[in-house]
Amino acid sequence: MPAIELSGVVKRFGPITAVDGLDLEVPEGICLGLLGPNGAGKSTTMRLLTGQAIADAGRLRVLDYELPGESKPARAEMGVVPQLDNLDVDVTVEDNLSVYARLYRVKDLGAAVDRALDLARLRDRRRDAVDQLSGGMRRRLLLARGLVHEPRLVLLDEPTVGLDPQIRTELWTLIGDLKARGTTILMSTHYIEEAERLSDEVAVMHKGRVIARGRPADLIAEHAGSQTAEVYAAPQRLTELRSAVEETGLRVRPAGPAIAIVGAEAAADGVVPADAVMRAATLEDVFVLLTGEEAE
Amino acid sequence: MRRLEPAAIAGVMSREVANFRTYWRGTTFSSVLEPIVYLLAFGLGLGATLVNEVEGVPYIQFVGTGMVATAVIFSSALPAMFGTFVKHRFQNTYEAILAAPVDVEELVTAEMLWIAARSAVYGCVPLIVTFFWGLEPAPGMLLVPIFCFVTALSFAGFGITMAAIVAKIDQFNYVTALFVTPLFLVAGTFFPISGLPEGIQVVAQFNPLHQLVELVRGGAFGFETVDIARFAGLVLFAFAMWRLAIDRMAKRLID
Repeated sequence: MPAIELSGVVKRFGPITAVDGLDLEVPEGICLGLLGPNGAGKSTTMRLLTGQAIADAGRLRVLDYELPGESKPARAEMGVVPQLDNLDVDVTVEDNLSVYARLYRVKDLGAAVDRALDLARLRDRRRDAVDQLSGGMRRRLLLARGLVHEPRLVLLDEPTVGLDPQIRTELWTLIGDLKARGTTILMSTHYIEEAERLSDEVAVMHKGRVIARGRPADLIAEHAGSQTAEVYAAPQRLTELRSAVEETGLRVRPAGPAIAIVGAEAAADGVVPADAVMRAATLEDVFVLLTGEEAE
Repeated sequence: MRRLEPAAIAGVMSREVANFRTYWRGTTFSSVLEPIVYLLAFGLGLGATLVNEVEGVPYIQFVGTGMVATAVIFSSALPAMFGTFVKHRFQNTYEAILAAPVDVEELVTAEMLWIAARSAVYGCVPLIVTFFWGLEPAPGMLLVPIFCFVTALSFAGFGITMAAIVAKIDQFNYVTALFVTPLFLVAGTFFPISGLPEGIQVVAQFNPLHQLVELVRGGAFGFETVDIARFAGLVLFAFAMWRLAIDRMAKRLID
C-alpha cells in the first residue's frame, strides 16, 4: 500500500489552477523529493495532504485514509514540518513539544518530549524560551515538533528555505536519520542539492503537475545525458554560440553568466568550444531543461 | 475520530495555558486596575458630586456591578479579535495546529472556551472591588462567573468571527467603533437604560451586555423571573456566535 496516492487532483484558486491533474504515488519507506520552482503547486499539494485545502477534483488517499473525509485520522499518523517557523516563541522548548504531543494524543507525554528533545539535541535547553534559541536550534525544534508522535509519514515543506548553509547541513543530517529509520518522507523543495542528497526519488513538479519522476541518477541520465559543457563569455558570443549549438540538435540552458550545453558527450567535434568547462550532468540541468526556470 | 473531541480541545487549550503563563501578570494587572480606575472615576467622582443613588442602589455599587459587563467584553471580544488575527496571519499558529488531528470546529471551540474561562475570572474583579465600597455579598453572586462565562463565549465568538472577516488589523478600529463601544455604552453600566429614548431602550434589550448587567445586578440585589429569559437569551446568542465563528474561520482557514 502506498503511503500517498493522488490521482487527477485539481485545485483552483479563482482563475489560477495551482494543482492541475496531479498524479503522485509515494511508496512506504522512501523519501520523495517534490522539486519545483516557486508557484509549481508544491505547497498547495502539502496543504491538500493536511486537509487545509480541499481539492476541486481527483482522489487523495493518505496512509489508506480517503481525503478530505478521513483527513483527521490521517493527520494523526503523519507529521508536518512547515516552511515557516510557527513555534510559540515565548514558551519553553519543552512546552512547545508537550502541547503538540497532546494535540497528537500521545499517551506518555514525558517520554515523547524527551525523545523529541534528544532528536533536536536540545535536552539542555528544554526550559529556555524559544526566542532564546539560535536559528538552527529553532529549525531543529520545528522538526522535532513534527516528529513528537513518531509519525509513519512526514511532510517536509521546504524544510531549509532561507537558512544558512551550516543550519541546512544540520537539518539534512536529521532528515537523513529519519530516512534511515524507514519513515516515509515527502519533501517539497526548490533546492536542487537538497533534493539530490536526501531523496530516493525526485518528482519534478511544474505548473501543478509532475512532469518527470525517478531516481536522481536516472533522471539525469534520461534528460541530461552524462556531460554538460559550460561556456563563460560575453553575452553577444553566448547568444551566437547558443544558436549554433541548438542547430546541431543539442539542448542549451542558461546557467547564470554562462550557458550550459547539455548532453555534450554526444556533440560532434568542434561544436563545444575548446574553452568550455566540462562537468558531469546534474539534476540542476534536468530541472532547468524541464521547467525553464533557473535553479537555486 | 469523531467531532469535538475533548482531547483535541484540551490540546489547543493547553497551548493557550502555556502561553498565558508567560503574560498573565500584565493581563491580570490591567484587568484588575481598569475596573478600579473606572470605579474611582465614575463611582466616586460622579457618585460623590452628582448622583447619590440609582434605582435605590448607591451609585458606586450600581457602577461596580455594571462594570462586570465592561470587564467581560474587554477581556473577551478584544483578545479574540486581535489574538486570533495575530495567530492566523502573523504567527501561522493555526496552520500548525490544523496539521495535527484537530479540526476548525475544535480549534474555535477551544479558543472560545479559554477566552470565556479567563473572562469569567476577570469579570468578577469589579464585583470583588465593589465589596470595599459597601456591596454586600449575596448568594446570587455565585452565579456571576457563569453569567460572565456565557456572555464571554458569545463575545469570543464575535471576536473570532471579526478576525476571520477583516482583511487588515487596522479594520478592527471599525469593529470597535461600530460594535464594541456602543454595546459597552448602552449596557446600563453607568446609567439606567430606562433614562434613554424609548427606541434605544428597545434596541438595548438586544444588547447581550445589558442582559449581563441585569443578571449581575440580579445576583447582587435580587433576581426577577425575567432573568431566566435573559440567561436563556445569552445562551442562545453564545450558541449562534459559536457556530458563526466556526463557519467564518473554516472559510478563512480551509482553501
